[in-house]
Amino acid sequence: MSIEVRNIHKKFGAFKALDNVSLKVEHGELLALLGPSGSGKTSLLRIVAGLDFHDSGQVLFSGQDAREQKVKDRGVGFVFQHYALFRHMTVFDNIAFGLRVQPPHLRPSEQAVRAKVMELLKLIQLEWVVDRFPWQLSGGQRQRIALARALAVKPRVLLLDEPFGSLDAQVRKELRMWLRRFHDEAHITTLFVTHDQEEALEVADRIVVMNQGRIEQVGTPEDVYHNPANAFVLNFLGNVNFFHCRLAEGKAIIGETELEVPGLSVDQPKIAKLYVRPNQFKLSRGPGKGSSLKAIVEYLNPAGTLVKATLKTETGERIHVEITQEEYRQLKLVKLMPVFVSLKDVSYSEYVQTAG
Amino acid sequence: MQTDFVKKSILPGFTLSLGFTIFYLSLIVLIPLSMLFIKTSTLTFVQFWEVITAPRTLAAYGLSFGTAFAAACVNAVFGSIIAWVLVRYTFPGKRIVDALVDFPLALPTAVAGITLTELYAPTGWVGHFLQSVGIKGAFTPFGITVALTFIGLPFVVRTVQPVLEDLDPQIEEAAASLGADRWQTVRLIILPVIFPALLTGVTLAFARAIGEYGSVIFIAGNMPMKTEIAPLLIMTKLEQYDYAGATAIAIGMLLISFALLATANYFQWLTSKNLGKT
Repeated sequence: MSIEVRNIHKKFGAFKALDNVSLKVEHGELLALLGPSGSGKTSLLRIVAGLDFHDSGQVLFSGQDAREQKVKDRGVGFVFQHYALFRHMTVFDNIAFGLRVQPPHLRPSEQAVRAKVMELLKLIQLEWVVDRFPWQLSGGQRQRIALARALAVKPRVLLLDEPFGSLDAQVRKELRMWLRRFHDEAHITTLFVTHDQEEALEVADRIVVMNQGRIEQVGTPEDVYHNPANAFVLNFLGNVNFFHCRLAEGKAIIGETELEVPGLSVDQPKIAKLYVRPNQFKLSRGPGKGSSLKAIVEYLNPAGTLVKATLKTETGERIHVEITQEEYRQLKLVKLMPVFVSLKDVSYSEYVQTAG
Repeated sequence: MQTDFVKKSILPGFTLSLGFTIFYLSLIVLIPLSMLFIKTSTLTFVQFWEVITAPRTLAAYGLSFGTAFAAACVNAVFGSIIAWVLVRYTFPGKRIVDALVDFPLALPTAVAGITLTELYAPTGWVGHFLQSVGIKGAFTPFGITVALTFIGLPFVVRTVQPVLEDLDPQIEEAAASLGADRWQTVRLIILPVIFPALLTGVTLAFARAIGEYGSVIFIAGNMPMKTEIAPLLIMTKLEQYDYAGATAIAIGMLLISFALLATANYFQWLTSKNLGKT
């Protein structure tokens, strides 16, 4: 089922939670709503679920306005950050709940309920906890139970509100890969909220980046990462360094130093903000051709796939850099060593004004 | 050498605090209670049995426990609703309503009794209205139940309230998203979780109502066999210098109360053991 929201507005008192938001989720898509807290992503999810009401605008399920539909009739499976399991019920009863509360003429037999619950437990690989209570399980197990419970009623849409937000890093990674695999098999339209850019980039078909109640950009993970629509998206999707500089033909003038900026063309000099990702720097032991920024290595962390370093320039600015292990070995980088920094690429530049 | 009886704990002072607890409980509860039994033991068992099975005593027991139970049941329903309203909604004057709940605890019970009698007497505001539909307010078991409901209310509200506050509204939203209607959510999700607390509150209100004296004697009318409560019968015996008879009736009440409270506690344990912490 496809979901469409059109021109949604939502206010909590004077606070604009959603400010004219429009979005279309295609059938069978796995879409991530990504943004910092207070960006309106959870509000949007709850409005789609029918757990909150929008002030104006439309929510369409397969083209039909859902305003009059109550939560229980929308056919949405909702998974909460803190699981919201029924603590006085066993795992079995939790998962069976949605089947057992159906109106008598639709309610499956106890036998069918049992079969369905066991099938779901098998899907989440937790058959052995069937008679336990939620408080006897770990966070990751609880969240999988919550997922099974939501899936029991065959929802047309799956909505997940920061589903892995309160889990350990390791469990979080496992579960999000599981979610991706599950989605590839089930093809159920899924909308999930997260503030973790890594999670969104790894799992989603498309990402919706939200900020202050507005959508900043919608696109594939590759798209939003490499072609950010604005500085906010760029910042939110990973670490980035930024420099105040003057841009002239092919060059950025930072303080006294001129740096070559590949692929940059400006018709006239401009004052700009230059955004550079940590992996877009090139380090060398001596000043190369063209000019480069002189800095010393202030901090070094070689543990990891990439080597992370913090450099301090002569003007006292700090630059965060990531280089490959190979480059690290070639440079024989050590702490307090002077290095020369040049640019391989630039992520994004924002023009503040035209320089005179 | 430490025995296995005491689990090692990093909290110091276990023996001291346990000793104090036992001393204090003895001083305040156990010694006065044992005096009750010592006094009663001046009667033979046959005499004791005659006192507590006398028709007048049985009628008083029936009235005391019956009205206390009815009042506790009324409080169970309306106390829960008040607790629900106080937890879930915000409205102007909420804090005043919240404070009002404790009012029956603070008010001298005799004052409550006189006020209620005024209201429920055939000439009173409420009594007048009740009489026009054929119900007698004051001087009937109905009147007694009203007084006992009044004094028992805070116990239910104050025990249910914190549990409702702990109940995550998302639990209800989860139930709704799974297709449950409001009634199913209340019956299957909310009630089972608040039930142990509700039972505690009802038990407290019930226990309080059994022993209540001050607010009841005015509204009861105190007719033997009809509207005479057990505590009043005890007072009557005392006024006749029949101390042994008075304590015998008291022990009868004590034993029945103890049995009822033990049963309630058992059910409370039974229903709360699966709730866990999260």
